[in-house]
Amino acid sequence: MIYAIVFLPLVGFLIAGALGPWIGARASELVTTGLLMVCAVLSWIVFFDVALGHDHGYAPIVGNWMTVGALKIDWALRVDTLTAVMLVVVNTVSSLVHLYSIGYMHEDPDRPRFFAYLSLFTFAMLMLVTADNLVQMFFGWEGVGLASYLLIGFWYQKPSANAAAIKAFVVNRVGDFGFALGIFLVFQLTKSLGFEEVFAAVPGLAGKTIHVFGMDVDALTMAALLLFVGAMGKSAQFFLHTWLPDAMEGPTPVSALIHAATMVTAGVFMVARLSPIFEYAPTALEFVTIIGAVTAFFAATVGLVQNDIKRVIAYSTCSQLGYMFVAEGVGAYSLGIFHLFTHAFFKALLFLGAGSVIHAMHHEQDMRNMGGLRKDIPFTFAMMTIGTLALTGFPFTAGYFSKDGIIEAAFAAGEHRTTAMIGFVATVVAAGLTSYYSWRLVFMTFFGHRPAHSVAVNHSHDEPSTDDHAHGHDDHGHDDHGHHAPHESPLVMLIPLAVLAIGALGAGYVFEPDFAGHAYDEFWKGALFTGEHNEILHEMHAIPAWAGFAPTAMMVLGFLVSLYVYVLKPGTAQALARIFPRLYQFLLNKWYFDELYDFLFVRPAFAIGRLFWKGGDGAIIDGLGPDGVAARVADGARLAVRLQTGYVYHYAFAMLIGVAAVVTYFVAGGLR
Amino acid sequence: MPFFVQLAHHFLPETILAVGVMVLILIGAWRGERGFGLVDEMAVGILALALVAIALSSTPDTSVFDGAYIDDGFSRFMKALTLIGAIASILMSVDWLQRSGLEKFEYPVLIILSTLGMLLLISADNLIALYLGLELMSLALYVMAAFARDDGQSSEAGLKYFVLGALSSGMMLYGASLLYGFAGTVSFAGIAAVVSTSAPIGVIFGLVFVLAALAFKMSAAPFHMWTPDVYQGAPTPVTAFFASAAKMAAVAITARIVVTAFPGVKDQWRQIVVFISIASMLLGSFAAIGQENIKRLMAYSSIGHMGFALIGLAAGDEAGVRGVAIYLTIYLIMTLGTFAAILAMRVQGRYVENVSDLAGLSRTNGWMAFFLAMLMFSLAGIPPLAGFFAKYYVLLAAVDAGLFGLAVIGVLASAVAAYYYLRVVKVMYFDEPAPAFDRAPMAVRAVLAVSTLALLGFWVYPTPVMDAAAAAAKSLF
Repeated sequence: MIYAIVFLPLVGFLIAGALGPWIGARASELVTTGLLMVCAVLSWIVFFDVALGHDHGYAPIVGNWMTVGALKIDWALRVDTLTAVMLVVVNTVSSLVHLYSIGYMHEDPDRPRFFAYLSLFTFAMLMLVTADNLVQMFFGWEGVGLASYLLIGFWYQKPSANAAAIKAFVVNRVGDFGFALGIFLVFQLTKSLGFEEVFAAVPGLAGKTIHVFGMDVDALTMAALLLFVGAMGKSAQFFLHTWLPDAMEGPTPVSALIHAATMVTAGVFMVARLSPIFEYAPTALEFVTIIGAVTAFFAATVGLVQNDIKRVIAYSTCSQLGYMFVAEGVGAYSLGIFHLFTHAFFKALLFLGAGSVIHAMHHEQDMRNMGGLRKDIPFTFAMMTIGTLALTGFPFTAGYFSKDGIIEAAFAAGEHRTTAMIGFVATVVAAGLTSYYSWRLVFMTFFGHRPAHSVAVNHSHDEPSTDDHAHGHDDHGHDDHGHHAPHESPLVMLIPLAVLAIGALGAGYVFEPDFAGHAYDEFWKGALFTGEHNEILHEMHAIPAWAGFAPTAMMVLGFLVSLYVYVLKPGTAQALARIFPRLYQFLLNKWYFDELYDFLFVRPAFAIGRLFWKGGDGAIIDGLGPDGVAARVADGARLAVRLQTGYVYHYAFAMLIGVAAVVTYFVAGGLR
Repeated sequence: MPFFVQLAHHFLPETILAVGVMVLILIGAWRGERGFGLVDEMAVGILALALVAIALSSTPDTSVFDGAYIDDGFSRFMKALTLIGAIASILMSVDWLQRSGLEKFEYPVLIILSTLGMLLLISADNLIALYLGLELMSLALYVMAAFARDDGQSSEAGLKYFVLGALSSGMMLYGASLLYGFAGTVSFAGIAAVVSTSAPIGVIFGLVFVLAALAFKMSAAPFHMWTPDVYQGAPTPVTAFFASAAKMAAVAITARIVVTAFPGVKDQWRQIVVFISIASMLLGSFAAIGQENIKRLMAYSSIGHMGFALIGLAAGDEAGVRGVAIYLTIYLIMTLGTFAAILAMRVQGRYVENVSDLAGLSRTNGWMAFFLAMLMFSLAGIPPLAGFFAKYYVLLAAVDAGLFGLAVIGVLASAVAAYYYLRVVKVMYFDEPAPAFDRAPMAVRAVLAVSTLALLGFWVYPTPVMDAAAAAAKSLF
């Protein structure tokens, strides 16, 4: 069954990718979507078997990949509760996104390519989550990076999409470099890369130091930190987050699948999978906590002022990933995965809802040009509201259980560690900010009035699509682009919204006992490792009542402020921006990270490149090599030609000089 | 040995030429301008007869005329090359002279007289005979350079060559008188006996002056200055003669004099030869870059090639002289072929001589482009063409003689020189076509094709040349 789950998307990719031009767009859509539906159903079966049932998991070996000395790497499909959770998340969201894309992309001429990429991504993600060793995980890790690159740059005619794709790829290089170094170090320490062997060897390595750059550092901390750098890149954590907002250049279903629900959570998954290593590296865990806390807070602040509907959600994703790392940093891996699980539902819902809004507005993404849409697209409005409630942690929605659990765990751990308390403060504040910007999005989009000019500008087609509206347009509700009344999306796009909405509402309540409650042990069956002093899941229930209510209070506060600013007294936001121009600009420009990196890395890299190009290659190698020799030859040629004056007495003189030189040579030699 | 026996056995080619040229002068004087065709054909016949006489001659090495003259394998080999050069020059020149209004009977007469001088020079065995041959050769060449007397460039070339030639003759006589003064003899063997171990500085002085004069004749740096101007200014067939036959004689006598008259001071003359060789190779390689006139280009090319030939001489042993002999053979073929191609460069009745006129030749005249390209590759020394083996054998001799520096400089210089040869190929094959050439006369096309095929075929069957060169070198030691 696991073979089918992992390889059916690959089959879909090969069919749509290789045969797409022959079988046509419709067939490509149906094949890939159908296969993913099968995968999703099978994934749930595996989930019930392994996670909820009594199956302890298995890891069938598909084949040997490479054997070099002590390095032996197999292709294996590891299935345990953690994998089962990820399978469910990935395949459910992926199949719904496939389905949704049939409607969303129906105007695009390159649909076979699009669906092929989506299936390729799904396959790579499944390889990642079923990996039984670090190298296979790296394979999947790079595979999803490739698919992400291809999909961000799907509209390759757009320069901004290409730039965003390259940026995502390059920033992920930094993280992957750390990941690779981490893998090397783990192999150096344990002489193995298979999870079972590595985890078995880790306890014996506690306290071991290695000599790096003249310092003795704890080996496991070093390894964990390097591996975490990889997670930071993939999960867009602080310092390496800059690619994620730009990745919104890709089609919206891609944003939902890759940049909200699955790929960006690979870092969270990786830390959870490697929990046996991180548990023995407490310093690394504190670092994870700090990074997560800073990201949660930072991304939430930037989200406050963004005007692009997708960018708001992108920063929200960034922020929520920070929550997950805070949970893992304080040792509550299961809460991190739980939040990953619920977040996949409501964030995919929000993205697909935003896609529906964009679709309705004819590819308008700027919220300032929206407003009052709740009457035009009521279903989308309802779904977006559900997603927002879940994201902000409205009681008994999915986000309420997972997010508040994280905040409580952070508070509980804060009694031992300062970093965890920082995490607590940051996440509580971020909860309020999250509520504010989420409701801001809803209010700006669905309430108030649409600016009069929005109709005029909204056909600029930010997302290029064929203007060939003559075919396949029946489900669009209108054939005439002369009037641009917003319209509800087709059913094929609304069904995924409904399914995700169910998850966003119920996933928390249903699975809370399993992920983090009393059924913890029966559910995880040791897939997550916690040290013997790690009692975080018990301690978090013993915290003061005010700490437990804090996030809910912040959520209400954020909602009220947003309501006041955008509904009750419109214009307040502009006034605030005028009163605090510097702060506003600071946030609007994303804390100037892009500018900082441009100054720190991009331009120096260009300068170094130019130095080597002009100086190293051009001046030294070419200059002293081919060009220089050629130039000297040309000089020599000019000199030789200049000697040829045409005057007979010059010629005679040259002859006599020649004789004189030779004679002088011999006379001098004779005297000596 | 009776005088007539000497004439008949060891002086036969020269006798044929000397008698023949007097007959030609009579015919010319009798028939005037109309006699050109007849004289020309007879001249070819006379030269061919001399060549046959050499080919059939198999007498052992003999000194005749009281030691003034020697008939040996080396001289026969070189004379054969010289005669081939002269014959080809006359054959190629007919059409050119007629089209240029220069169909005068003096032209073949002068070539035969000059060739006679060359043969005397090659076989000279004392200083008097050397000077006699040298002057006979040169006086005819001066006149030939100025043969297009209504053309300013040609007259200038002739005058320059004459003035500078007079200077070099003066050097030759000065050096010869020094040698005689110190050695007490003009015979090469006598000089060799006197300076068998060490030489007084006066002898070295004399040697330097003699070698300078000979280097002038073979146009080796730094005594080459006349070459580009004369090659460019002289009528093209004359240039072909200069570049082919004249070089053979000059190099041959240089080799003979240093090997037979100065074996005792080999270290000294080797230094002079190395100096001239390096200077010639470098100058020939560098100065040719950027030349637009292909005759001028070939002038520098010939300077460079003389430098290469001298590498073999610098080795100073039998292998070295064998290398020189091979080099000269192949150089002669390459030069004749190239000048045949230059003589075929005629656009609508007008002769052109710029490299740019060859542009796109591959599309207007594929065969000629191919032949010329092969010639250029060979001149550049690219295997498997004959030019590569020419360089290979002289470099081999130099390395065996321990002259590593000279060999390295030679290789580098040939790399630089490859640039301007390959540029010609590039112009022919990759540039936009220039106006097509007129159909070349039969003789020119024949020379071009035969020489190219000889170069292409050398690596398949080099034995005749190799054996003859080896025999020639052997006779000198």
